[in-house]
Amino acid sequence: MFHIDALMGVLPKALLGWMGVFIVIMVIIIVIYLFNWIFSKKD
Amino acid sequence: MGELFENVLQIQWQQVVMWIIGGMLIYLAIKKNMEPALLLPIGFGAIIVNLPLSGVVTQVHDGVTEVGIIDVLFNAGIANELFPLVLFVGIGAMIDFTPLLSNPKLMIFGAAAQFGIFFTLSVASFLGFDIADAASIAIIGAADGPTSIFVANFFKSQYIGAIIVVAYSYMALVPIVQPPVIKLLTTKKERRIRMEYSGRKVSKTTKILFPIVLTMITGIIAPKSVALIAFLMFGNLLRECGVLDSLSETAQKVLANLVTIFLGLTVASKMQAEQFLSVETLMILCLGLFAFVFDTVGGILIAKLFNLFSKKKINPMIGAAGISAFPMSARVVNKIGLEEDNQNYLLMHAAGVNVSGQIASVIAGGLILKLFG
Repeated sequence: MFHIDALMGVLPKALLGWMGVFIVIMVIIIVIYLFNWIFSKKD
Repeated sequence: MGELFENVLQIQWQQVVMWIIGGMLIYLAIKKNMEPALLLPIGFGAIIVNLPLSGVVTQVHDGVTEVGIIDVLFNAGIANELFPLVLFVGIGAMIDFTPLLSNPKLMIFGAAAQFGIFFTLSVASFLGFDIADAASIAIIGAADGPTSIFVANFFKSQYIGAIIVVAYSYMALVPIVQPPVIKLLTTKKERRIRMEYSGRKVSKTTKILFPIVLTMITGIIAPKSVALIAFLMFGNLLRECGVLDSLSETAQKVLANLVTIFLGLTVASKMQAEQFLSVETLMILCLGLFAFVFDTVGGILIAKLFNLFSKKKINPMIGAAGISAFPMSARVVNKIGLEEDNQNYLLMHAAGVNVSGQIASVIAGGLILKLFG
């Protein structure tokens, strides 16, 4: 009934996926801070 | 005389069950005002596709195939991802990213709240769903209709009907699902933490560049998500550019409403009794709730972790707003905050996290397509 092999196969990619969301978000956060710093002076 | 009523003898009990389910969805839409724009057409669609030998779905009579209009609409708008993507243009035009752009670090909680998607994917695999179906079920945790439809359709999931109904139902149930989880994971003291809103001004240039750059970053990392993120951000660009107010208004109102009408009815093509009534549908119902609960858990726990290392404490409840159900999740957090302390207005912080959840859920969908597609 329970598929341990399937779980073990999926788990690393699932963790990678969640980490991937964090990584992309961190990049976007840095970009926003950069924009706020550059354009808050000019506008 | 017998000819008039011969179809009555074709009614099966499974179809009657689907009529009741369709009726319940219509009741929830009208009486309880739960996502009426989707649940009403889905409910009505569930009834009409489950009438015996219904002409709205494809029937084969004496070797002759008669294509039903619901199947025509499905192939025209869902099978090719058109309806959810066009709807995303409207949704993007509705979203104001200012609370997020004025405090970008809140995006971390949007990312944290996608935990439920990946956890549910693992659990669904453990329970025996194949990877395509497990990924499609897990994306219910994105709490975002177009993303759920897009991903489930990409994987050609046989459970797409159940997935969409469950996704929209739980989105409407956020005010019921989230509060007990929030109260279980936070102390009264934590819920009373006040957060001042600085309301830092965001330049117009930033608001214009944000959707463009976000699309490029996300698209480079997860190319299969370009359609999703691009259509969402295109809608936002229409809003923020300042020179296309009529297009922005059209996208927010006419376009979104038009697509919603067709989307709801068309989803019902996958709600025929033989496809919908199964043990797997019940499991999807449970896994969908699981995804929403663990989205909330992920957001709150990361917020609490943040507080361990930060002098300036944040109210951990705003982590729960990282679920993409906008704006309900933000309102839920604000309401609980005011119940604990009637001077503690968390709405702007929660709204910032909530819109970041919208972005994070699309990124999560894209990464699921990349890693498991």
